[in-house]
Amino acid sequence: MPDVLVIGGGPAGMAAARAARESGATVTLLESGDDLGGQYWRHLPAQRSDPDEGKWHHGWQRFLDLRAALVADPGCEVVTTAHVWSVDRRDGRPPLVHALVGPPDGGDRTPRTFDPDALVLATGAQERTLPFPGWDLPGVFTAGAAQALAKGERVAVGRRVLVAGAGPFLLTAVASLVRVGAQVVGVVEAADAKRLAKGWATKPWRLAKASHKATELVGYLRVLAANRVPYRTGSAVVAAHGTDRVEAVTVARLTPDWSPVPGTERRIEVDAVCVSHAFVPRTELAISTGCALTEDGSVQVDDRQRTTVPGVLTAGELTGIGGVDLALAEGRIAGAVAAGAEPDARDVKRRAVFREFATRLAAAHGVRPGWRSWVDDDTVVCRCEDVTAGALRSAAELTCSKGLRSLKLTTRAGLGLCQGRTCGRAVEDLLTGVLDPGRTANRPIAAPLRLGELAEHGRTCNREDVP
Amino acid sequence: MSKIRIEVDGRPVEAVAGQSIAAALLAAGRTSWRRTRAGRPRGVFCGIGTCFDCVVTVNDLRDVRACQRRAADGDRVETQEDDRA
Repeated sequence: MPDVLVIGGGPAGMAAARAARESGATVTLLESGDDLGGQYWRHLPAQRSDPDEGKWHHGWQRFLDLRAALVADPGCEVVTTAHVWSVDRRDGRPPLVHALVGPPDGGDRTPRTFDPDALVLATGAQERTLPFPGWDLPGVFTAGAAQALAKGERVAVGRRVLVAGAGPFLLTAVASLVRVGAQVVGVVEAADAKRLAKGWATKPWRLAKASHKATELVGYLRVLAANRVPYRTGSAVVAAHGTDRVEAVTVARLTPDWSPVPGTERRIEVDAVCVSHAFVPRTELAISTGCALTEDGSVQVDDRQRTTVPGVLTAGELTGIGGVDLALAEGRIAGAVAAGAEPDARDVKRRAVFREFATRLAAAHGVRPGWRSWVDDDTVVCRCEDVTAGALRSAAELTCSKGLRSLKLTTRAGLGLCQGRTCGRAVEDLLTGVLDPGRTANRPIAAPLRLGELAEHGRTCNREDVP
Repeated sequence: MSKIRIEVDGRPVEAVAGQSIAAALLAAGRTSWRRTRAGRPRGVFCGIGTCFDCVVTVNDLRDVRACQRRAADGDRVETQEDDRA
């Protein structure tokens, strides 16, 4: 009976854990939060539950069923507040996985090491936010933050809020903001109407099996109409203004490649702005494990969700941004294969349907290079270390450096607490053509830990019962 | 909803059991509680624990992500300033 370790308790990880159990494996499921669900099914904590929680989610009953099955199953150990901070590669088999279990960033968490027969990585994605002047002012949030605070806390990030960026997630954020009582003064989508039509309306019959997505979209459009929220395409927030917090933003029209059109700027008074330019996979554990990436930075998999490392599989946003239905289908396939079984043919079909959806998402809303022209020399790019775009460009020019590593060491971009999670893609993009191709997502220490905890962990790992 | 009380820079702040420290601060009307080395104010940005903009000191332990840590009754929270360059 193989022992399957699943990292990530969102839709993909939950589906993988369940499928692995159904195929006869014993399973350990690690989740960093204190409940399952991930960002998609983020919900109020047990201490303050809401009987109407289901109204905040799509597929809530499915979540409740999955969680109940996993938690009640003696062959599945669910470990919450488990922060995986490193993996040790081994030849021909999955890595050893080191985690600290306890409250986030605490000083006395319990170290645990796992030695699985198969590993499923389901670490999801994080938001990509393109920098703009003023984006580091308090009151500028990612749309995901607005969503997390609404769904997980019932807190509105502001009273007058503008939502901007690219992709259908903006509409999801609006729906949550309205529910917690914020006034949404507008939605600003960077893709223009022509590109949206081309991305979404070409060969519509191929989307027929994903028709519930259209129903969701209609629901969001109703929310916009009912709350008189203006929706503008081909535009972007190109600056936020304020001294100690955001007081207003400038919105400009964009060319098809996302360069601001001079003379089209409009100032809008807000006390918060929520920005999202799609998502990037959280690949640090996959990279540490040695998994090959595709050109767009997601984890390369075969048709059975296997990575290039023996015994290591992956599912969900790590393989490319495709949403919950794709994550569930991939999770089920990965779980079954990890347990040594054949994947269910229905899951294989579903995966094909929702990959189509993912392709359209990228075609319609994918980031265009013109955004770089709204970043001026004074714009902070690395938020942790206050490194500006000008400092990055001039360091590259003065040192004639072609390497990402030396540029990071010279400027300190990406060397702060977040280790380039927020700025990495922007640094890569701003210096395209200057630097050798490289990825900023190489973080051998996947989550910060305290030296005391590291010392304690080293002691535990040297015990004879751990290989 | 049961209420709890935490201390923020020595002043009492009421919070809801299960609330994150970030949500408690936002609900109390604060949008920033940290300054970077260059003196720029910071509060919540990503809300999911990846950006580390919202770190605070909790019960004398520095660099705790306020958006990830649930407030516990009696927690002593202090705002942080990065060491100046």
